[in-house]
Amino acid sequence: MSLSDLWTNAQGILPLIVLMAWACALLIIDLFIPNDRKGWTAALAAAGLLVSLGLVVTQPAETVRSFNGMMTVDGFARFLHVLFLISGLAGLALAYNYLNRSGLQRGEYYTLFIFSIGGMMAMAMASDLIMVFLSLEWLSIPLYVLAGFARPKLDSEESALKYFLLGAYAGGFVLYGTALTYGAAKSTQLAEILAAVKGGDVNLGMLSFGAAMILIGLGFKVSAVPFHMWTPDVYQGAPTSVTGFMAVTAKAAGFAALLRIFVLAFPAVAPKIAVVLWVLAALTMLLGNLVAIAQSNIKRMLAYSSIAHAGYILMALVPYALKQVSADSVASAIFYLLAYGVTTLGAWGVVIAVEKTDGTGVNLQDYAGLGRKNPLLAAAMTIFMLSFAGVPPTLGFVGKLFLFRTVIEAGEISLAIIGVLTSLISAYYYLRVIVIMYMQPGEPETNSDFWLNLVVGVSAVSVVLLSLFSSPIFQWASTALVQ
Amino acid sequence: MNFLSNPLTLTTFFPLLGVLVLLFIKNEQKSLIRWVALGTSLITFAISLVVLAQFNPANPELQFVTNLPWIQVAKWNINFHMGVDGLSILLVLLTTFLTPIALLSTWSAIEDRVKDFMVFFLLLEVGMLGVFVAQDMFLFYVFWEFTLVPMYFLIGIWGGARRMYAAVKFFLYTMAGSILMLLAILWLGINQGTFSVPELITLGGIPAGTQFWLFLAFAAAFAIKVPMWPLHSWLPDAHVEAPTAGSVILAGVLLKMGTYGFVRFNLPLFPLAALQLAPFMALLATIGIVYGAMVSYAQKDVKKLVAYSSVSHLGFVMLGLFALNPQGIQGGILQMVNHGISTGALFLIVGMIYERRHTRDIDAFGGLWKVMPIYGVFTLIVTFSSMGLPGLNGFIGEFTILLGAFGSSAIGSPWYAGVSAAGVIMAAVYMLFMFQKLFLGPVTHDENKELKDINWREIIILVPLLVLIFWIGLYPKPFLDLMAPTVEKLVTIVQTSALP
Repeated sequence: MSLSDLWTNAQGILPLIVLMAWACALLIIDLFIPNDRKGWTAALAAAGLLVSLGLVVTQPAETVRSFNGMMTVDGFARFLHVLFLISGLAGLALAYNYLNRSGLQRGEYYTLFIFSIGGMMAMAMASDLIMVFLSLEWLSIPLYVLAGFARPKLDSEESALKYFLLGAYAGGFVLYGTALTYGAAKSTQLAEILAAVKGGDVNLGMLSFGAAMILIGLGFKVSAVPFHMWTPDVYQGAPTSVTGFMAVTAKAAGFAALLRIFVLAFPAVAPKIAVVLWVLAALTMLLGNLVAIAQSNIKRMLAYSSIAHAGYILMALVPYALKQVSADSVASAIFYLLAYGVTTLGAWGVVIAVEKTDGTGVNLQDYAGLGRKNPLLAAAMTIFMLSFAGVPPTLGFVGKLFLFRTVIEAGEISLAIIGVLTSLISAYYYLRVIVIMYMQPGEPETNSDFWLNLVVGVSAVSVVLLSLFSSPIFQWASTALVQ
Repeated sequence: MNFLSNPLTLTTFFPLLGVLVLLFIKNEQKSLIRWVALGTSLITFAISLVVLAQFNPANPELQFVTNLPWIQVAKWNINFHMGVDGLSILLVLLTTFLTPIALLSTWSAIEDRVKDFMVFFLLLEVGMLGVFVAQDMFLFYVFWEFTLVPMYFLIGIWGGARRMYAAVKFFLYTMAGSILMLLAILWLGINQGTFSVPELITLGGIPAGTQFWLFLAFAAAFAIKVPMWPLHSWLPDAHVEAPTAGSVILAGVLLKMGTYGFVRFNLPLFPLAALQLAPFMALLATIGIVYGAMVSYAQKDVKKLVAYSSVSHLGFVMLGLFALNPQGIQGGILQMVNHGISTGALFLIVGMIYERRHTRDIDAFGGLWKVMPIYGVFTLIVTFSSMGLPGLNGFIGEFTILLGAFGSSAIGSPWYAGVSAAGVIMAAVYMLFMFQKLFLGPVTHDENKELKDINWREIIILVPLLVLIFWIGLYPKPFLDLMAPTVEKLVTIVQTSALP
């Protein structure tokens, strides 16, 4: 590869390269920033994210294949890049003060944070199974460390260890699936796998098995039932600022890979896999929502709620091989990721504001009286809960609408019915938060600062406003995957 | 027509302006907050009168139409489509008319978090108006679900002792029905290619078997809202726990959203299923009439009595609608308005006595006529109106409905109307029973001897309602004329669908 070739290849993934270079530089710069001035590290990290975001937005809207088809930069990838980078910015804003008052303010938090975002961005572009595996580890390893950032708190250590062990296990599944797929199709590149299947010279049984293994591995990442066991414990134990970020981005990255791999490489195994996906989606929606009802800790409740939302997105994956709906189903899945992301970041922002320095204040009862004590925060939380429950006019409602439409279009009426019934169940526990905030007496203390309020406020306003003007966003999400 | 120069969209969204102003007023300035909210609702009412003045009753089509593209991506075809016709004009007016009255009733009843209360109330008004004017199913659904949120807070924050239970029950019950409707809406939007109600009616062509299921999905949402027996169990809880103003709006307008939904969607969109299921719906309606009346009679709590009487009265509305002939439907729509006025007034009356005595137990009263004569007169007239005394509004509605139901070929048997007619008598029984227990006889409780009669504000609240009670009762023609052409058109759509 000549130097000019290298430049052509690198151009497509420039936002990622710049971000990673910046992360490496930040690792060194941070050494010279004194401990009581770590705000600078946070600001520099944010600057890196902003530059990268600027590069993504200004990229010409064409599809670029880089490095022999290892990475594909298309509309799908750009949509998710923006989602990751904005979540990253919000995550930083939520983290800074939280780390200060929890006594966790250390520079490496921000560097790890950026490394993880890099991995996610790579995941959204990965069009080779090897690259998928690489990105999976790349995004996960910093997150393992971040989950244990509150050491020596036992919860946090448990969280990190659990996440690491199960994550490593999941990685193994992905790798095994990759090997099987290679065995069947003699390539790990998504386009070539598809071509091999079309050529007819493929052991379909082995390919299905490979696809199933990859599904299991990524199912861990998106916390689909029955691979969800780690989620509540990790969400509960990890520092809340990490949880909020992880709940959005790690799930989005997992879905990015699932969508790209299955739509581009595995349409041939759909007759076998679609049933599995159907069952996974139904189980995930049911179990996530049902168990969430029983939670008294808001972090665990939101963890189960995030499981449930993974179920809704999985619904969109069921008809992935149907030509006439697959483009819409991919678009509605990533649109839902956005809707879920904005809502989730805001909701975790409120959780951070109510959480006390010693880590208590995360029970539902701690929200009693919030409506009176801090009306704006409570109003924002109300909007987030309604959005999660899918009540108009919120982004969550529009997102669910797009999802249900694809499912109905694909003829999966019974799955759609399970979906709406579980939304009804979910309304019960989301409403409970509102009931407690407004209808029960209490004197909660809140720790909100300017940045946190900004994130919560912007999220709340966008949840409502974007729901009224959702067309352009969906249009953008529809600039779909390119073969 | 332009968005802002169209009096209909202006009516719908004007309360939002009031909300905006309220947000900038300090919580402590309660009196200013009340006046701003009342002023907003009065201006909204005034604008809706402009709509009425410019409304052409002879035209059966939609008027004041706004139709702007809204969500037009990926094969969606969703428009911001609003308009009003004979089916909805009275309900729009009922909403704008009852809102200031309800707000005025909170003057001394709501002292806690006045601003929040007013904000939720005005938001609720926007939602209700939106439901009645939306002509795009998606837009309709957005407004429909949105009304849940403010009402949920009104019950949950300012309600009685079991308010949390009632609020959550109200929300979940209603949502349970509406999500099934959502699926049906999506199905229609995908398979018919449009969400516009008039277009869907023109397109038609849905096979009878599919119509059946779609009808049921829509009916799930509407029947819970009405509420039809046996889906009514949320209603007494919500009513008993809601603050007076909330009950007035709940009974006066929110329940009408259900019956309106049947007229606007189920009848013209799924006419074959409507014809097929008419006897079944009539049966449920009749059971509701008799059951509601019997349970009302057994109540010890006055508010609960009025709440169950709603189940009975709305049974009449449903019976009229599913007669599927002009008399029945006109009577049904008129009865929606009548019920809004009479039951709204009853809830206000109950609220007034509750504010004085802090109890609604029927045994805690007696002989009030001697202590509060003005209050007694008002109550007597409203009681008569509610039980359908000739010369008052309730009679016109119920009579027209029974007339329609007797001769209805869709229902196919005069027995439903016959049994329902007995419901009128039962209504007289429980309403007079209530009146007698409250007002007649000696003053049995010492606490009641010192009660003050209703004041000027309370009289001002009740007088407009009484004017309408007499007006509709003595000269209903202008009200019926407003809807007649649209109802004729609707009946034609339903009846011709059955022809080969």
